[in-house]
Amino acid sequence: MRGLRLPFRLLPSGRWSTTLVLTLLVIAFGRSMDAQNTPLISGGIGFFTDTSAGQTTYLPIIEPLLAAPLGPRVLIESRAVLLETFAPNGDGAPGYNHSHFIGLTYLQGDVTLTSHITVVAGSYLIPFNTYNDRLSPIWIGNFQRGPLIANLGTESTGTGTGGMLSGSAVSRNKYSLSYNAYFSSLVNNSYFQSRRSTGGRLNLFMPKQGLEVGFSYNRSLQGVQENFYGADVWWEPAYSGFQLRSEFASGRHAEGYWIETAYRTQAFGGFDSIVGRLEPVFRMQQTFRRDGAASDSLPPANTQIADFGLDYNLPHNTRILASYSREFASTGNFNIWQTGIVYRFLTPVRKGK
Amino acid sequence: MIMNPKRILFSIALFSSSVALGQIATQTQPTPKQTNNSRPGAHVAQKQEDAGSRIFRQNCSRCHNAPEGFSPNISETVLRHMSVRASLSMREKAELLRFLNP
Repeated sequence: MRGLRLPFRLLPSGRWSTTLVLTLLVIAFGRSMDAQNTPLISGGIGFFTDTSAGQTTYLPIIEPLLAAPLGPRVLIESRAVLLETFAPNGDGAPGYNHSHFIGLTYLQGDVTLTSHITVVAGSYLIPFNTYNDRLSPIWIGNFQRGPLIANLGTESTGTGTGGMLSGSAVSRNKYSLSYNAYFSSLVNNSYFQSRRSTGGRLNLFMPKQGLEVGFSYNRSLQGVQENFYGADVWWEPAYSGFQLRSEFASGRHAEGYWIETAYRTQAFGGFDSIVGRLEPVFRMQQTFRRDGAASDSLPPANTQIADFGLDYNLPHNTRILASYSREFASTGNFNIWQTGIVYRFLTPVRKGK
Repeated sequence: MIMNPKRILFSIALFSSSVALGQIATQTQPTPKQTNNSRPGAHVAQKQEDAGSRIFRQNCSRCHNAPEGFSPNISETVLRHMSVRASLSMREKAELLRFLNP
């Protein structure tokens, strides 16, 4: 399924229940926290439709996120996904095919060692460029589909299992520099499938200009060992309602980029007016295949997609996403129509004192 | 039909520059109302954008819309989750906590 990027694995229901038990234990630990440290459940619940080359699928989806502090320095956090895909039976047959996924996207513990170092252990989102760990939740992305290059540099699964150092190296009023460095081991069990790899990311942010520049590196350490390089540039001038986001990623066999712009006007009563809640978005993406040895999940032929979207930011943390895309490739050109509605929830696990 | 990559890049650059330059040309200093628009729940009315509000706008709102208010019971948990995602410094965390839970 190319509709929604799914960086997770299918879990057998018995093991899923084990995970739920672990989650409840985490919540129980959280009960000892003071008032502001109450564990929370957040996430998004949505319903999407996708019509690609005339084939329509319907996708109800829930992405819950748990964050539970354990003492002043440790935070356990996890995100999961539950979805069902419906598609009409082909050849004029009545009824729908359907399939489901239940999986953990990540489950990690964050230990704050010093003001500049946080140790992340467990199954974590690989910090390569910006999409995987910052834009992939359904309540954040401006488009229902992730970019084509999202799997470059993220070991296809999007997650690593092992350890990561992360933090703010320097923070000044004019600029800040942050970093991530990780090592992932090979894990083949149902919970945390990941590949042996290492890498890191360095980000420079200049708040006055609203400019962010990042560089990423990933090296796959098993099978065909391969280096991936990435760069990202974001420009979001303060109070303008304008966003420019872009990424470039390159591997041995393929490379690509995407550029996305979004705009909300405050000229008609501010961002919360009827017009100000409208958000036109545009994304251009291209992938280039260097050879036929496909060790990644990029399309087998050079591909270009222009995405035109119109989002509406409703009150009460609800967004409507609508987009039209045209995909161009030597294997065939086709249209993609997508609609969706997403509600973002955020609530304490228990009532505070 | 295969699109010419150079033409596409040029078009995108032209489009982005036009929109951004138009915005910068009409950009004004934030009013208190605009400042509060980016807040996750207007706990306190302010006349100036304080450090916490600025840090929230620069770090959290860079990726996502601000949630429309949440329980003060989870403000520090939200902050700790965000500090890993956004690699916040200790100073930024302290300012943000004051902003989220004044």
